[in-house]
Amino acid sequence: MTALRRFFQRIASRGHHDWLFVTPSLLLVGLLGLPILALILRAINKSFFTDALSPSALSALRLSLITSIISVAIAVVFGTPLAYMLARWKFPSKNWLELLIDLPVVLPPSVAGLALLIAFGREGLLGSALSQINITLPFTTAAVVIAQTFVAAPLYVRSARIGFAEIDIRLEEAARVEGANQWQLFREVMFPLAGRALISGAILTWTRALGEFGATILFAGNLEGVTQTMPLAIYLGFERSIGVAIALSVMLVGVSVILLLLTRRLEKRN
Amino acid sequence: MKRAIPSIITLCALFLTACGTPAAASTSAQKQTTLTVFAAASLTDAFNEIGKAFQAAHPGVTVKFNFAGSQTLRTQIEQGAPADVFASADMSNMTTLESEQLAGASQVFVENQLILILPPNNPANITSLQDLSKPGLKLVLAANVVPVGKYALQSLDQMNTAFGSDFKTRVLANVVSNEQDVKEVVAKVDLGEADAGIVYISDAIGAPNLKSIAIPTELNVIAQYPIAALNNSTNKNLADTFIAYVLSTDGQATLKKWGFTPVQ
Repeated sequence: MTALRRFFQRIASRGHHDWLFVTPSLLLVGLLGLPILALILRAINKSFFTDALSPSALSALRLSLITSIISVAIAVVFGTPLAYMLARWKFPSKNWLELLIDLPVVLPPSVAGLALLIAFGREGLLGSALSQINITLPFTTAAVVIAQTFVAAPLYVRSARIGFAEIDIRLEEAARVEGANQWQLFREVMFPLAGRALISGAILTWTRALGEFGATILFAGNLEGVTQTMPLAIYLGFERSIGVAIALSVMLVGVSVILLLLTRRLEKRN
Repeated sequence: MKRAIPSIITLCALFLTACGTPAAASTSAQKQTTLTVFAAASLTDAFNEIGKAFQAAHPGVTVKFNFAGSQTLRTQIEQGAPADVFASADMSNMTTLESEQLAGASQVFVENQLILILPPNNPANITSLQDLSKPGLKLVLAANVVPVGKYALQSLDQMNTAFGSDFKTRVLANVVSNEQDVKEVVAKVDLGEADAGIVYISDAIGAPNLKSIAIPTELNVIAQYPIAALNNSTNKNLADTFIAYVLSTDGQATLKKWGFTPVQ
């Protein structure tokens, strides 16, 4: 508290021009902070725990955790080799490949959902072939995982690629001189040195996967226990029982704060 | 940087004159008024047409629509969304707003009934209502907070009595998604992802490429649509004029064209 007072005293003593920075900053911080504050204030009441522990809230929580963890696992297993290739190999059209991988991050979720339906839906580009062998993806938990991976995995690939690219090329050359093969080089040198970037990328991917909404509701639909993740339950709960929606929202805010704190710690130690 | 400043000023001046001219012109001609209508998603096609006719008959008036599930609209009005007219697909969302003093006295302006829709190629080979209980079928309904979802459950109750005791349970086991409004149910069937969906007759008319199976009157539900001016409306007179138009012969004819049952 005294630190805060000292901060304001410093501003007051340094002439009125500082307010040119402080006033707009406060307004924007207010806009960012007030909704979160309002959410937490509304959640503080007797029914919070009954709402948070209601069967539909718990099944949404369980489904969100399971699907988002699977999505992160897919991103790590398939994204790490891809990120390594992008960071170290030279091949044609690499810029275009990087652009393609970044695209899902900036696409509106509704576009992502529609694109997934047209690709993997029963009548879709690949989906029609899949349905020949009796695999249909829409309305399944697998569809939730695909939607989450589609929008979130690029964050991991990006973070991992930057992590690998930052490793001093001379370390690699030295390892090669010692006779290390590609796999040893990756395992003994690159992976340990890029570890922080990989973990912070995975955490970012996890937060994004947990928050996925638009692509899921379009591609996977909305059914409790099967495809109704926390964001979907919040959207529907808004009209059914605002208490459950607020309880779930506060839980998501809490999880996001913890995950963001973790990534900040990792970045600082770097 | 110094050279840039005059050109920025010129740009600003151009921008101001460009914006100024049409505004000045419109005040001299006629005052523009906007009427905001919150209407159930099932009314989309019919109300868009009614809105155009209303605008043509009332120069200077722009009708803006917000189409969504009636329960979403009711919540938005409760949270202070600015609107002049509310047209609901069920009585309960309207009576809630009436009891909260947010809507004036409502009147039923049209009725609707349910129908079963199927994708054009009918992948699950559904030929009767009884087929809805076939295991493995993918049925999409609206969520039970959405009027059409609530009506579908009522209709299934009646089918349960007619077709056998566990009919409803078996049908509900086939539900793969509970959508947020009726148009999303239509979209899932239209894309061929769902094998069947229960929607309003008016939606089947609005999507003529889909196959449909009628639900007999004794198993069907009559959905009554109430309309009312909202108490926070800034233009009550215009809101009442719009409601009168919806209830007029012309308005009712348009609704009938889109598959609704007129009440006037």
